[in-house]
Amino acid sequence: MSDGISRADVAHLANLARIDLTDAELDRLTPELTVILESVAQVAEVADADVPPTSHAVPLSNVFREDVVTPGLTPEQALAGAPAVEQQRFAVPRILGEDA
Amino acid sequence: MSTIRLSAAEIAEKLAAGEVSSAEVTQDHLDRIAAVDGDLNAFLALDPEGALATARDVDARRAAGEQLHPLAGVPIAVKDVVATEGIATTAGSKILEGWVPPYDAFLTRRIRAAGLPILGKTNMDEFAMGSSTEHSAYGPTRNPWDRDRIPGGSGGGSAAAVGAYEAPLAIGTDTGGSIRQPAAVTGTVGVKPTYGGVSRYGLIALASSLDQAGPVTRTVLDAALLHELIGGHDPLDSTSIDAPVPPVVEAARRADVSGLRIGIVRELGGEGYQAGVRARFDEAVALLTKAGAEIVEVSCPSFAYALSTYYLILPAEASSNLAKFDAMRYGLRVNPSGVAAPSAEQVMAATREAGFGDEVKRRIIIGTYALSSGYYDAYYGSAQKVRTLIAQDFARAFEQVDVLVSPTSPTTAFPLGSKLDDPMSMYLQDVATIPANLAGIPGLSLPVGVTDEDGLPVGMQVLAPAMADDRLYNVGAALERLLLEQWGAPLLSRAPELVATPQEESK
Amino acid sequence: MTATRTELVPFDQALETYDPVMGLEVHVELNTASKMFCGCSTVFGAEPNTQVCPTCLGLPGALPVVNGKAVESAIRIGLALNCSIAPWSRFARKNYFYPDMPKNFQTSQYDEPIAYDGWTEVTVETDEGPQVFRVDIERAHMEEDTGKSLHVGGATGRIHGADYSLVDYNRAGIPLIEIVTKPIVGAGKYAPQVARAYVAHLRELVKALDVSDARMEQGSMRCDVNLSLMRKDADVFGTRSETKNVNSLRSVERAVRYEVERHAGVLDSGQKIVQETRHWHEDTGVTTSGREKSDAEDYRYFPEPDLVPVAPSEEWIEELRATLPEPPAQRRARLQGEWGYSDLEMRDVVGAGALDLIEATVAAGASPTAARKWWLGELARRANDTGTPIDALGVTPAHVAEVQALVDAKRINDKLARQVFDGLVAGEGTPEEIVVARGLEVVSDDGALTAAVERAIEANPDVAAKIRDGKVAAAGALIGAVMKEMRGQADAGRVRELILDKLA
Repeated sequence: MSDGISRADVAHLANLARIDLTDAELDRLTPELTVILESVAQVAEVADADVPPTSHAVPLSNVFREDVVTPGLTPEQALAGAPAVEQQRFAVPRILGEDA
Repeated sequence: MSTIRLSAAEIAEKLAAGEVSSAEVTQDHLDRIAAVDGDLNAFLALDPEGALATARDVDARRAAGEQLHPLAGVPIAVKDVVATEGIATTAGSKILEGWVPPYDAFLTRRIRAAGLPILGKTNMDEFAMGSSTEHSAYGPTRNPWDRDRIPGGSGGGSAAAVGAYEAPLAIGTDTGGSIRQPAAVTGTVGVKPTYGGVSRYGLIALASSLDQAGPVTRTVLDAALLHELIGGHDPLDSTSIDAPVPPVVEAARRADVSGLRIGIVRELGGEGYQAGVRARFDEAVALLTKAGAEIVEVSCPSFAYALSTYYLILPAEASSNLAKFDAMRYGLRVNPSGVAAPSAEQVMAATREAGFGDEVKRRIIIGTYALSSGYYDAYYGSAQKVRTLIAQDFARAFEQVDVLVSPTSPTTAFPLGSKLDDPMSMYLQDVATIPANLAGIPGLSLPVGVTDEDGLPVGMQVLAPAMADDRLYNVGAALERLLLEQWGAPLLSRAPELVATPQEESK
Repeated sequence: MTATRTELVPFDQALETYDPVMGLEVHVELNTASKMFCGCSTVFGAEPNTQVCPTCLGLPGALPVVNGKAVESAIRIGLALNCSIAPWSRFARKNYFYPDMPKNFQTSQYDEPIAYDGWTEVTVETDEGPQVFRVDIERAHMEEDTGKSLHVGGATGRIHGADYSLVDYNRAGIPLIEIVTKPIVGAGKYAPQVARAYVAHLRELVKALDVSDARMEQGSMRCDVNLSLMRKDADVFGTRSETKNVNSLRSVERAVRYEVERHAGVLDSGQKIVQETRHWHEDTGVTTSGREKSDAEDYRYFPEPDLVPVAPSEEWIEELRATLPEPPAQRRARLQGEWGYSDLEMRDVVGAGALDLIEATVAAGASPTAARKWWLGELARRANDTGTPIDALGVTPAHVAEVQALVDAKRINDKLARQVFDGLVAGEGTPEEIVVARGLEVVSDDGALTAAVERAIEANPDVAAKIRDGKVAAAGALIGAVMKEMRGQADAGRVRELILDKLA
């Protein structure tokens, strides 16, 4: 954890996050992130194993919805903000790789 | 006489008494915006037609004798992170430029149903990431007290709009201090309700487990009135608390601290806090003592890790929340340069590169790192544990006292551009406000004076246990009254007059 | 990628060296009226983007709320698979970018599934007769479906080579239950059949629970097959492949068989199996390489902060358990006891797939012994001879019960009953109608029988003499003669009485 973060690490993370960072951004972000991550790493020092994690500040459970159909958007509303539309569908650039 | 300097409660009274019409009040505020906002840049979008139409409708209904909500006809400004059907909503980002939501947020529906004319959408740090509003893709908002200084962030637009009399009421959102810190540095009042107290449905999420919407106003009573309007259970938000809104308006009217135990958090003050901030805070505490409150010093040792915890949880959740901005269904679409027939993957990456600002990218990368396999336990997992420790510190403190107080922000408004190259020092702005978000408890900031050294406003923060939001209003209103007696006039009256400048063409 | 083509090794030969290890992941679309996290309709086949809302479209600001019925369905599936139900479980975000996934994360469950550690049993026909295989269940968890893409341009209409794609989000957010097995070891050469039987069993199960239509052809039940080979002399699993899109029972069987042959080919030629996703091609019966599983695949799971934990109470779980159909093993044991069958008889019944048929026949009034006699005898033989499934012969449990009632009433005998079954298979009507139309009724009228008996005595004086001398056993020959004359339609018992009376 204290090894810091390399430029290649940042490039890998940017790829995971789908951001096409420029070389200049990679150069600038790498040292910035190192500083930030070093300063936040102290949380690991105080987080004892017997401390339960908190993911919700307010402890609620079992919040369910009835299985009933409620009105949604019209296709016109749904597609109004789309960069491209065809055949009442969202037109997107060709998809690489996986099965769809 | 213009109605812009009246509080929302006063406007509501005049509307009810038939002394003014909502159309007049709304027009007064639109005129004020036209006069000063070219300079301040508090608004990203205006909806004069919609606001006036609502105002006229409310006037007609009032004339017809209809029973109206107490705030009906009082204009409001809404932070641009809140979905408003038919009004562009960008969250201060290029990636959402021109996006018009096909639906209303829960609180927008409440506001419309109650008949408050929506003047427009206020400026903010992009996706609410920042403490200065300098990270808005549409230029910074300026502080009405000094236009070379920041109005706080992320909700600098809402705070500046209210502070500059462009609106009597505004909506803010607070993930780590984005309502309270801007209130502090602009001399206004801001409240972050208990997590789950106001529905998050329709708030463009930054960090889902921390975000909370709340009122931005000039008086504590106004904040309570707005809190009561937007609070309460929403079945469309799974984290919404199914309980009545605490009696906030009643508490604001009671304003009595005698016999109350007030805790000062040792860790939220002292070193790192500006001298003038400490001086005004100490004086305010003395006033509360004089009014019959008992002051107790409490310690919350885990607060030392609050900032680190926050800067792991927030980026992690944000990295996932912001994944939806991918150029496929709405918003910006940018093709990578020099690529023939780019793939969806390439278009996503090029769009996110072009559409997100530096701070957003920085936090997405941190969050991606904190969640990635091999690092999760050390970062996100540990942060969630420290969150428990912080909540336990609060729980122990509230066994001893009814409310906690601290300075809202360690400094007054800093000059524009002075911290842009130093993310860590910018993050420190929220050191006193963040613990409340991590624990889900409510917090209020109200102005307690200006410093001797720079003449800029100082805020005091009041914190209460979850669902005891009414205590904030009781203490806040009591202190507000004591200060007003001392000052003779609201603090904002000491702010320099804004000079009317021509409105920008684009507005 | 694995561009190198390797020869397949024939299945039986592969099994000489390796043991297949399978893992099956089955996605079941629930038949709830609304989606997993929003109120949009789930009706199949609607016009594109007509069943969407801010939540399932991933619009900024929209939030999810869990469909309570989907949770009930998940718990019921878990219970039916003998799983433990987590007293506290959470949803998690599985983060990856894909255009058919509106939020670019799938709301799923990760390390805290609603149901875990279960088992079920499937029966497969082996060389030694029907054999029960136990399949251990790792987990069953809740998640949401993705949208559907239409690929435009290019030669094939498939994703590769398309110019662009058109996305419909009607399916996005439909509730899915993913059921994951533990590694299935020890099925040996029956691995393909076990896989098929397991998926068929799950399909029947979710239908019986009424939680899914489980239509594989519509994609409301989908199967991924993980397969690896382990050398018989080894004790560690080999590298596995994950074959997607295996969406019919027959394909499940074929895909397992193909992957066994392919893995053996790769391993025998000294190469290594690449851990990857593969695609099943229904038309050609082969799998092809998809994407390689690499380090780049990092889903960054974390607990979904927009949802709160699911914490079913004991009472709720027991309430749901009470709604379950009886588990197969328990049902078999109960029926065996009620019917008084031996273990061997019961195994034959199950193996012949006649359990339900016999249960229904008994319910229609036949004795368990008679029901088993007809289904496992006469009817099983016909099914076998014609290659017809036993439940598709055209003979229903009600028919069988009626035939037996006719026998019990002595209106027909067992031999005539076979002719009634002929008529039933030929679609000639009900047993009653067939008996009448074919004139099969047994003659027990003493007048006609006495005449026939007298004729038989007259024609066989030597036999008659033996009977008169007290050799009663010889009566059989005379009965046979009478039955022959009456074309089998005589009440044999009455004939015997008449003969003995005459010759007393």
